[in-house]
Amino acid sequence: MSAQTKQFKVIGQRLQRPDGIDKVTGRARYGADIDAAGMLHGKILRSPHAHARILSIDTSAAEQLNGVMAVITRADFPTPHKGFEDVQDNCMAGDRVLYDGHAVAAVAATSKHIAKQAIKLIKVQYQVLPHVTDVEQAIQPDAPVVHSGLVSRRVPKGFSENVVRYSSFGHGDIETGFKAADAVLERTYKTEATHQGYIEPHACMASMGLDNRADMWVCTQGHFWIRNMCAGVMAMESASLRVTASEIGGGFGGKTTVFIEPVVLALAKKSGRAVKMVMTREEVLRATGPTVSTMMHVKVGMNKAGRITATYAKLFYQAGAYKQATVDFGAMPAFAPYALENVKTEGLDVITNRPRTASYRAPGAPPACFAAESAIDELCQELGLDPMEVRLINAAKGGTKSSYGPTFEDHGLIQCLEAAKAHPHWQAPLEINQGRGLAAGFWFNFGGETCVSVFLNNDGSVTVTEGNPDIGGSRASISMMVAEELGIPYEQVRTTVTDTGSLGPNEPTHGSRVTFAVGLAAIKSARAIIDEIRARLARMWEVDVTDVVWQDGAAHYTGNKAGTFEPLDLRQVADIANNLGGPIAGHHEANAEGAGVSFGVHIADTEVDPETGFTSVKRYTVIQDAGKAIQPDYVEGQLQGGAVQGIGWALNEEYVYGEDGCLQNTGFLDYRIPVASDLPMIDTVIVEVPNPGHPFGVRGVGETPIVPPLAAIANAVSRACGKRQVDLPMSPPKVLASMQKA
Amino acid sequence: MAKIQIFGSLRDLFSGHDVVELDVSNLRQLLIKLPQLYPECAPEIAEGVSVSIDGKIINDAWFTPIRPDSEVVVLPRIVGG
Repeated sequence: MSAQTKQFKVIGQRLQRPDGIDKVTGRARYGADIDAAGMLHGKILRSPHAHARILSIDTSAAEQLNGVMAVITRADFPTPHKGFEDVQDNCMAGDRVLYDGHAVAAVAATSKHIAKQAIKLIKVQYQVLPHVTDVEQAIQPDAPVVHSGLVSRRVPKGFSENVVRYSSFGHGDIETGFKAADAVLERTYKTEATHQGYIEPHACMASMGLDNRADMWVCTQGHFWIRNMCAGVMAMESASLRVTASEIGGGFGGKTTVFIEPVVLALAKKSGRAVKMVMTREEVLRATGPTVSTMMHVKVGMNKAGRITATYAKLFYQAGAYKQATVDFGAMPAFAPYALENVKTEGLDVITNRPRTASYRAPGAPPACFAAESAIDELCQELGLDPMEVRLINAAKGGTKSSYGPTFEDHGLIQCLEAAKAHPHWQAPLEINQGRGLAAGFWFNFGGETCVSVFLNNDGSVTVTEGNPDIGGSRASISMMVAEELGIPYEQVRTTVTDTGSLGPNEPTHGSRVTFAVGLAAIKSARAIIDEIRARLARMWEVDVTDVVWQDGAAHYTGNKAGTFEPLDLRQVADIANNLGGPIAGHHEANAEGAGVSFGVHIADTEVDPETGFTSVKRYTVIQDAGKAIQPDYVEGQLQGGAVQGIGWALNEEYVYGEDGCLQNTGFLDYRIPVASDLPMIDTVIVEVPNPGHPFGVRGVGETPIVPPLAAIANAVSRACGKRQVDLPMSPPKVLASMQKA
Repeated sequence: MAKIQIFGSLRDLFSGHDVVELDVSNLRQLLIKLPQLYPECAPEIAEGVSVSIDGKIINDAWFTPIRPDSEVVVLPRIVGG
């Protein structure tokens, strides 16, 4: 039965989340809640300079402070495994610090207070070097060079050595396409770096025995990757390190890598004690992984009928102090919502004296979407066209050759646009100083390395063990899929996130993969249990296994002797499982492929105060194809969360660097994320065009919702104030200045 | 022969070709043959790529079949947040 025709009993219901009560009562244990007997407290000394050579580090005074049990510098780290050199350098600087906040040394002490005192006693001699933090300045031929010798051979000439990577995508002939246009628009757009803004700072506790075997408890999106990275940085075997993930207070991509974890391990190794470290908010902002900042040149041609004739984008993405590939994920999806005959995008990766960027929901796509969708919106205004109709005219469908190469399978963009057009929001009247913005966005989604085990317990209840921290409600969704497949109530299933010693490797909770990939593996594990039960009952009933079917939560005999054998449900099977050969379990290990692409359409209404340039969001609607919403509450939560984060990126959030190259806004008072009182209710519409790559039709939904909001808000603000906004965030002074410009 | 589409800047690594025809029946064979025939692409392949086969993005599954009429596109390795 296909996902389109399957009648679900559990899937699609708004069932209670298993972790809800724990999280609202404080029983849930987050990273900072993990303690051990005799535990020490770790603290990191960080660079006050954007770029400097470390001439010497004197740790003697810190070591002599009563209560200090270990002090480490880079000299205490082994040569890392191949491929982990940059990761180690980012966790603890070598001979140079590359950004404000780069770790230089660390201590472990018997109290937080002593640890804090001790790092003040460490004397570091720096030779300050020229720095660059701005993407436009960094590409100039005479810019200070962050790293020499990293430029890949395909980078065009004429830039500094900070432009380290080049990629391009597209098909057709854009020059011919631009000639066919009735209007051609060229603009340069800019976005600032933002942070994922997770509420829970990074936290980690680790211990290591004399045999170099270690245990770690950590707040992360992926403890298997944390294990692999720590092992790589510390030159250990992965099996020597067992990592357990705590509950997680947000990650959004920023907790798929290591920052403090190898440092904590090194402190635990040197001190011989368990060590715990919790980042401050200032450390989180200065020294974890924000997004890229960007400068983007875009050119779009359109004819009077609204057909896009050609698109071009040249994207410069500032990726921090180390080489990254994020710009590829701006260049590929920039124009993905459209069926285009002539399209070209170029991406250039630029390194600067800023922290190494990390993933943030659909990493790279939101800025590119902002630029592309802004240009299309402005052309609609210029040609007097309805932006919704223009998007419908040009929308990519199943069978469309995408702007980045592959031909799309069926997806729900057209359905999302139709739902947006039919939504009351689209036709609602606007008041004075208000504007309405529309944007479409795309993300790839993927599956990846996944292991799941499902156990039938003695009483017939079912335990699912999986290896992905539950960020968006995955324990409920996985339980629901297993319950659906086994034909049992949701309450009979409990899904737990297990440690790295109890299951095979899993990719992190990223790439919008968990409901798709872990769900797929859980369904297949449940099917393995069903097959095992059928085989055992066939043996007991002395019938052919093909005559034993699993239906509505019970095994039925369907052969010639029908009526001879009473159906047996899961609890009855569990009761005799030992007689039938022992415990019954199913497991599935796979590289889950077949994740369906995802599209979303956002409508935003904003009001701009002509006196101050302040923007308020009056109404916001998200429409997205979820394939099949397993638990609609969670899907809606993802859509709302992505929209809110995108609104913050569009209006408020930015990394502000001073002339000295140091971050100026290192707390939530100055780095302003939207709070509930800043926002209207975010309305949602779930479109369901099943993904043929999943038994229930699931598409990942976690990343796409952050792709369109930057553009939707910018288009709304531009229409509200009558001036095209090309520079994010659209802070009041910037908007006001644009309005006052002739 | 499967037709492998080479996009944008990657064409420089394939002697300027936008399509490369190869006698391969799965992803593993493709990833072995591409650098053999076009050594300039070897670092990119070693760094890790994603390959779209008939519209599905494949990161690692070597035995994903490639039919003679399959659409195959070599892409940068897809990640997520």
